[in-house]
Amino acid sequence: MSSNSGAHSPVKTTGLHIGEAVPGVAKVDPIIIADNVTRTFGGLKAVDVEHVEIPRGAITALIGPNGAGKTTLFNLLTGFDKPDTGTWTFDGTRLNGVPAFKVARMGQVRTFQLTKALGLLTVLENMKLGAQKQTGENMFASLIKPLWRKQEGEIEERAMEILARFKLDTKKDDFAASLSGGQRKLLEMARALMSSPKLVMLDEPMAGVNPALTQSLLDHILNLKKEGMSVLFVEHDMHMVRHIADWVIVMAEGRIVAEGDPESVMQDAAVIDAYLGSHQDVDLGVVTGRVSGENTAGVEDLLADIEAEVGLTDSSAYIADTNTDTQEEDTK
Amino acid sequence: MDWEAILSNTASWLISPETIAYALAALGLAVHFGYGGLLNFGMAGFMALGAYGYAISILTFGLPWWAGIIVGMLASVVFAFILGIPTLRLRADYLAIVTIAAAEIVRLLFTTQVFDEVTNSADGLGNYHEGFRAANPFPEGTYGFGPWEYNANGWWVRIFGIGLLIVAALLVWLLMRSPWGRVLKGIREDEDAVRALGKNVFAYKMQALIVGGVFGALGGVVFALPSAVVPSVYVTSLTFFIWTILLLGGAATVFGPLLGAVIFWVIMGFLSNVLPAMASSGLLPFMSTTQAATLRFILVGLALMLIVIFRPQGILGNKKELTFVKQ
Repeated sequence: MSSNSGAHSPVKTTGLHIGEAVPGVAKVDPIIIADNVTRTFGGLKAVDVEHVEIPRGAITALIGPNGAGKTTLFNLLTGFDKPDTGTWTFDGTRLNGVPAFKVARMGQVRTFQLTKALGLLTVLENMKLGAQKQTGENMFASLIKPLWRKQEGEIEERAMEILARFKLDTKKDDFAASLSGGQRKLLEMARALMSSPKLVMLDEPMAGVNPALTQSLLDHILNLKKEGMSVLFVEHDMHMVRHIADWVIVMAEGRIVAEGDPESVMQDAAVIDAYLGSHQDVDLGVVTGRVSGENTAGVEDLLADIEAEVGLTDSSAYIADTNTDTQEEDTK
Repeated sequence: MDWEAILSNTASWLISPETIAYALAALGLAVHFGYGGLLNFGMAGFMALGAYGYAISILTFGLPWWAGIIVGMLASVVFAFILGIPTLRLRADYLAIVTIAAAEIVRLLFTTQVFDEVTNSADGLGNYHEGFRAANPFPEGTYGFGPWEYNANGWWVRIFGIGLLIVAALLVWLLMRSPWGRVLKGIREDEDAVRALGKNVFAYKMQALIVGGVFGALGGVVFALPSAVVPSVYVTSLTFFIWTILLLGGAATVFGPLLGAVIFWVIMGFLSNVLPAMASSGLLPFMSTTQAATLRFILVGLALMLIVIFRPQGILGNKKELTFVKQ
């Protein structure tokens, strides 16, 4: 975790897929294989994935516009939500109908988009909670301390080791509620590591984290791969995706629209269309008439597009939305 | 006003069976709410099951007194399962609604004429004391000093109750310092996060509901030991007195419920003596002595509101907990 690791590009894992990188492409060594997974909310088909494989030992990014079904897919894969149809396996084991806590025990842990640090537990207690197979977590065994004292000591040692890596060791006796938002993200990730998972699933690990902490979080994610874990994460920050992901899966409107290594995916027309916005070179202010600027051909095009979609308010809002996103990208 | 009598009556509440019974029930509620975050508004139901389980096993089935206590505890375990299986998978608020209704159902079942032969309906049960009193190790006679002077039976009930309370408090302390307690506290904070860490949240909540429910039933037993089982006791307001005690003492503490019960009953005892005395000596000119005695319930309600607003962590609660407002 040297501070200069960000300066160098991390080593990318390549050769993950078999054949051409199209949506649903087979992987050399998949850890998750999902087929025909669908989930509808009322009339909306939130997730409709025909086939997807998540490679083992690599960092996979799941990207897509808001409402693309990324978090829903996350919830389905981790057992927090039940799909309408579909089958999926984790490490060769079928996971249909398996409750979330059992999925976690198999070595597939997740974090949440809205950080779930357990506020009125101390940082160290949060960490210890992550450890698996604790004798003292049985109600009857818990009454007799000698039965679990030794294991508790080992867990504490391991927790302190991980906390030190995440630079949270000095805060071990503080309530998790007293940590800053970014520190809570770190704590949630550190806690997930206590279970020695095979696959770590991070739902927007960078959301609400200041740039100073971003680098450290990135290093932590890269370290997971170094230690042999597979990582799947949802993220909106394109720089981060480009920087650390070995493989990128793009979702839009519940479907997987593209897959590939970061460089090629970002060139993909479908991705640019769905996610980056087709008119990212146009200033949003010009489109809305807020700023007077040269009415380039691009603006004319876009205005025509919007005219054409009058009544479909959400789709025009969507165009505005993606434009704002790319604007932010540019100013960074 | 006869201050000596007022203070003496007040002091006797310090170790009254009611105080001990309420402390046990509040300890159960601490396991439910303080540590597990379960909003149980049906403590009166658990207490009723303990009291009726004890009395009915002795009167109808002729069981010994200790078996009656076990039956009362088992009844509360069954009740916990019936409540928990459908509701513990849902959000916390649903448990609150279901428990308050279920406790009323329990009370009405005990009050209805249908089971009159067993429950004696609205008249309640009595005269089941023989076995318990026969087991009394204290010789006949009156002991004690000052306001705490009781006969052998009075002492036996109190000491047995205090013994139960000590065992219960010890169990809660042992549970909550252990990894089991850590999981339970984690569930209180955010059950999805705990689920994501591979813990069977439903099983933990069920266990907590049972443990707390059994303490509630034991409270009901202690309440029934000295006198009789009266169905009108186990109404919703009993549940709210237990909540007042818990929040007064500190929800996530072992000694909070005990301290809360003592303070609650001493204040209630003081007010029930001093308010009528004030009314009769003309200090409360606008109310009769009966009205003055009822005034204490209004003051209890007021106290509950003030605690929740100004000291939500209770008397013994950790000050730091107050610093962080939960989302």
